[in-house]
Amino acid sequence: MGRIEGKFSSLKNKGEKALIVYLTAGDPSLEHTKEIILGLDAVGVDILEIGIPFSDPTADGPIIQAAFQRALKNSVTLSDILDMIESLRAVSEIPIVLFGYYNPIFIYGNERFAKRAQEVGVDGILVVDLPPEGSAELRQYTDRSGIDFISLIAPTTSSQRIRKISKHATGFLYYISITGVTGTARPRVADIKSDAERIRKITPLPLAVGFGISTPQQAREIAPYVDGIVIGSAFVRMIEENRDRTDMIHTVSDYAGKIKKSIISNFSEPSQC
Amino acid sequence: MRKTFPDKNGHFGIFGGRYAAETLMPALIELEEAYLGVRRDSEFQEELTRYLREYSGRETPLYYARRLTEKLGGAKIYLKREDLNHTGAHKINNTLGQALLARRMGKKRVIAETGAGQHGVATATVAALFGMECQIFMGEEDIKRQSPNVLRMNILGAEVVPISSGTATLKDAMNEAMRQWVTSVRDTFYIIGSTAGPHPYPMMVRDFQSVIGRETKRQILKREGRLPDFLVACVGGGSNAMGLFYPFKHDREVAMIGVEAAGKGLNPGMHAASIAAGEVGVLHGNKTYLLQDENGQVRDAHSIAPGLDYPGVGPEHAYFHETGRAEYVTIDDQGAVNAFLCLARYEGIVPALESAHAVAYAMQLAPSQDKEKIIVVNLSGRGDKDAGIIAERMEGR
Repeated sequence: MGRIEGKFSSLKNKGEKALIVYLTAGDPSLEHTKEIILGLDAVGVDILEIGIPFSDPTADGPIIQAAFQRALKNSVTLSDILDMIESLRAVSEIPIVLFGYYNPIFIYGNERFAKRAQEVGVDGILVVDLPPEGSAELRQYTDRSGIDFISLIAPTTSSQRIRKISKHATGFLYYISITGVTGTARPRVADIKSDAERIRKITPLPLAVGFGISTPQQAREIAPYVDGIVIGSAFVRMIEENRDRTDMIHTVSDYAGKIKKSIISNFSEPSQC
Repeated sequence: MRKTFPDKNGHFGIFGGRYAAETLMPALIELEEAYLGVRRDSEFQEELTRYLREYSGRETPLYYARRLTEKLGGAKIYLKREDLNHTGAHKINNTLGQALLARRMGKKRVIAETGAGQHGVATATVAALFGMECQIFMGEEDIKRQSPNVLRMNILGAEVVPISSGTATLKDAMNEAMRQWVTSVRDTFYIIGSTAGPHPYPMMVRDFQSVIGRETKRQILKREGRLPDFLVACVGGGSNAMGLFYPFKHDREVAMIGVEAAGKGLNPGMHAASIAAGEVGVLHGNKTYLLQDENGQVRDAHSIAPGLDYPGVGPEHAYFHETGRAEYVTIDDQGAVNAFLCLARYEGIVPALESAHAVAYAMQLAPSQDKEKIIVVNLSGRGDKDAGIIAERMEGR
């Protein structure tokens, strides 16, 4: 059993929901990214999503765009990120999903990437611009390496298409809660509830939801309907706002701890029924 | 049987495809289905032809540039006068087609990216014509250097959204247009202006622009009794070039030459010659030649012609390059400015700086050919918009 599957299954046994935190690798520096991950692991964050910076992130809002630019200014490469994960693995078993756009992976080399990602302990990948129709060219290698290929489902995805996507998806399904880019609009809980029900009828895969969730309150309201919550832009913003403070890592993990707490308590009694 | 491209997944050989976020996939599939429907629909095609004729003023002339030819002393130079279309460039061929399709699909709002502003103006124009809401994304740098077109878009009732990210040019405008489309995909039609973007755009834009090549073929046969020896067109994303080339694809005796912008020379960041100096990569929904660094980060492009200032190229051009069906060459900023002035002084035609790249290459080619040879240059747009850039450059001397 892979780390991701193992995590969802142990959470399920405990009746808990996963908190998945997104960070942009190399913002403000790769050393910071590693330290922040360790801090998040310590407060009980369940899965880490690590963004590979890209010059043209067309599915991301202004907060992650700016983080990518900062990381690129620091000359952070995919190769550096994989090295960082390797060193992290000596001290942490937190499941790691690499998140990004296809071109940096394609240029690194699909086969080489799959081999190295497995070697350093990457558990899953999510490539925003590789829908099922175009993913075979990468998956022929990553599937063989046992790396989960996390697939996206959007509010615009039809049930028929969800069936097709979930047939090939592994790890978990990532439901995009808004019709938009990351960290912009706030999703409506009622929409998430009805879409989650629609998805659950089709597939038993764990279901995580993200794009637009930023507060413990939102997380608490949404958690009952899904298996995991992804929070990205809120953390990226917090890291940027506190980048020069010595307690930045503490501030970030403290907030993550609060969110985690908010989704383990009372999740069985949703506020809107 | 001849293979037709793209295949059902939008690939031209290894190029093209549909590398798009899931939110857009249903819309792209819906668009593809709708487009394939109207492609065979004679009512739609007749309506489009009527607008092209009565509204845009087609067919455009194929003009023999006698003084320029005589001055150069070689092959005959013909100009396909796309600059004489309504709005002053070939872009309207495509925006009329896409807007009619948008109307059929019940979309009330259109968005577009623009570099030189020609596609933006052509989109704002059809939006006004069909009573649609219109938003145009344009880099701040381009807004500065193509201000006449910004005013025209405003006059036509479009909202021009300035983009300050990256180099604030066409690539960044396209990023933002895609983000806007992700956000409003249910009611908005994205009118892409080049043979770029995810499938079905490269195919659809090619088809709408192919009217250029079909007319050219008819006109040159009538005038000269034979096909031309060379077709020359500038290539940014490549819509005017593909529109001219595509109907000649199977005429092996016709050489097709795409002219990329060498800007200030072929060093990284100084040019926009994706085929000459790029590597295969994935950007804006398709696989093609891209200007990028060794880590797959897209580089900034540069050209004096804002419409060529793009780090990628349409996937079918990448395919034509790979198979050798077309040849791709480069002309730098200085060469384009020179051709801009030559065409103005010898023919009384002020070309767009984009099209001036094609004129410049034809001026290099013609003297080396004998007088029986025929070159057709796609004069894709007119140059009024570039008066400011030229003035600044002349003052700079």
